[in-house]
Amino acid sequence: MIVKRPVLKWWERLYLPVVEDGLLTTFRHLFKKKVTVQYPEERWVPPEGFRGAPVLLTGLDGREKCTSCKLCMFICPPQAIRIVAGETEHPIEKYPQEFYIDYGLCIFCGYCQEVCPCEAIWLKHEFELADFDRTNLIFGKDKLLQMGRQEPYLKGKEKPLKKG
Amino acid sequence: MVNILIPAIIKIVVVLGVLLTAVAYTTLAERKISAYLQDRYGPNRVGPFGLFQPVADGIKFFFKEDITPKRVFRVTYYLAPMCTLIPALITFAVIPFGESVSLNGTSYRLWIAENMDLGLVYLLAVSSLGVYGIILAGLSSNNKYSLLGSLRSVNQVVSYEIALGLGILPIAISCGGFNLDEIVRAQEKGIWFVVPHFVAFLIFLVAIFAETNRLPFDLPEGESELVGGYHTEYSGLRFAMFFMGEYANMITASALIVILFFGGWSLTFIKYEIFGSILAAILSVLVFCAKVAFFVFFFIWVRWTLPRFRYDQVMNLMWARLLPAGFLYLLIVGLFYFLLE
Ligand code: SF4
Ligand code: SF4
Repeated sequence: MIVKRPVLKWWERLYLPVVEDGLLTTFRHLFKKKVTVQYPEERWVPPEGFRGAPVLLTGLDGREKCTSCKLCMFICPPQAIRIVAGETEHPIEKYPQEFYIDYGLCIFCGYCQEVCPCEAIWLKHEFELADFDRTNLIFGKDKLLQMGRQEPYLKGKEKPLKKG
Repeated sequence: MVNILIPAIIKIVVVLGVLLTAVAYTTLAERKISAYLQDRYGPNRVGPFGLFQPVADGIKFFFKEDITPKRVFRVTYYLAPMCTLIPALITFAVIPFGESVSLNGTSYRLWIAENMDLGLVYLLAVSSLGVYGIILAGLSSNNKYSLLGSLRSVNQVVSYEIALGLGILPIAISCGGFNLDEIVRAQEKGIWFVVPHFVAFLIFLVAIFAETNRLPFDLPEGESELVGGYHTEYSGLRFAMFFMGEYANMITASALIVILFFGGWSLTFIKYEIFGSILAAILSVLVFCAKVAFFVFFFIWVRWTLPRFRYDQVMNLMWARLLPAGFLYLLIVGLFYFLLE
C-alpha cells in the first residue's frame, strides 16, 4: 500500500502548532489517574483463566484425584513434574506415592491441566513463588494438595483473589 | 579589600550550595515529572514522595566501581567531566538573582560578579566552553560511540551558538548594553521582552535547547543510537559529574531565559519598593527561583513530548530556518532603533 504524504499548510510546516498540541497532550497526562500498581501494598488481581502455580486437587471423598497416569509428567515441556506411582486397595488401584513439581522449572503453560484425564491438576492464580533457594521451589505432594484445597477445583467456580 | 571579599565569598558559597542542591533535585524532578507525564508515579519509596531519592542516588554514585577502560588517554579522560561541570557552575557568577539588600548602610547586590558590563558576552563564552568536556570525553575514551556522540555535539553546539547570539542581540540592542542587570531593569520599567521580541525568544529557546543537549536535540547522547554518547565509558562519580553538569546547564539556561525574556525577578504589577529592603530582596529571589523552576519544568516537559530530530533535520533547522529568521529579525530591530534616533 502506498500512503500519500499529506501536503502541509505553511503554518503546519512551522512546526510550532504541533509542538503546542503535543505539550498540551502531555500536560493533561500530568493529572490523569496513574496506572502503576504499588506492588507490596496493592496487589494485581489476575483475570479468570490466569495460569499460575499448578497444584493437585482433592476429590469429594477427600482423596487426591490423581491416578498416577503420568500423562502430565510426559507432556510437561520442561519436565518439571516427577511422579512415583504406588498401588492402593482402593478400586482406582493406582495413586501417586510421591508427586513433585519444580516451580523453578515450570513455565506455567497449563499443558498438565489440559492433559489430565481426572482433572486432578489445576493451575491456580498464585504467582508469588519466588525464593532465595532453588531447592525450596520443589513442592512435594503434601504441599501441592494443601495448596489445591484452598482453591475451588471446578471450572467456572473460581473466584478471583481478593485485592489487598 | 576585606569588605569586598567577605560578601563575595558568602555569595559564592550560598549560590553554589543552592545550585548543587537544585541540580540534585532537578534529577528527581525529571524522574517524577517524566513518570507523571507517562501515567506512572516515579520514585516514591525513599522518604515522603521520594524526596530523599537524590541523596540515595548520590550515595550510590559514591560506592559504584569507577571503571577506566583500557587504552583511554588518561589526562583528558579524567579532565573531561570537570570540563563540563565547571563551566556550567561558573556561568552563575554573572547572573543577578534579586534586588539589592542594604545592611548597616551598605547595599549589597545579589550578584556574584557585581556590575559586570559584559555579562552576556561572558555567558556566551563560558557556556560554549562546556563543549570541550564533551569533545575531550569523546576523543579520549577510545570508543566509537563516544567519538560519534562528541562529533555530533561539536557540530550542533557550534552551529547553534550562532542562533543563540542572534536571539540575544535584539535584546542587547534594545537595552543598549550587555549588562544583565540593566536588561532586568529595562523590563522592570516596561514590559517583559518576550512580548516585543517574541521571534527572538523563539530562536533563543530553540538554540538553548540545542546548547544544553536536551531533547529534541539530544543527538550527542542519543541512547537508541549511541548507547550513551560521549559518556558511554564513564562510570561512578565521573559519570555523576557529567550528569550534574548537564542539569546545571539546564538550570543556567532557564535562568538566562528568565533574565532575558521574562523580566528576571521583576513582577510587572508589583513594585518591590513597597516592602522593606530585606523583605523585597527575599521576595525577589523567590520570584526569580520560581520563574527558573518553571522553565526547568518546561525543559523536562518538552523532553517527554517531542521526539528526537534526525541529524540532517537539526542542521537544516539551524542553517536554513533559524539563521535567516534571526538575521532578518536583527535587521528589523536594528532599523527600528536606528530610525527612532
Ligand atoms: S504448567 Fe506446564 S510446565 Fe508447569 S508443570 Fe504443568 S505442564 Fe509442566
Ligand atoms: S495427568 Fe492427572 S492423573 Fe495423570 S498423573 Fe498427572 S495429575 Fe495424575
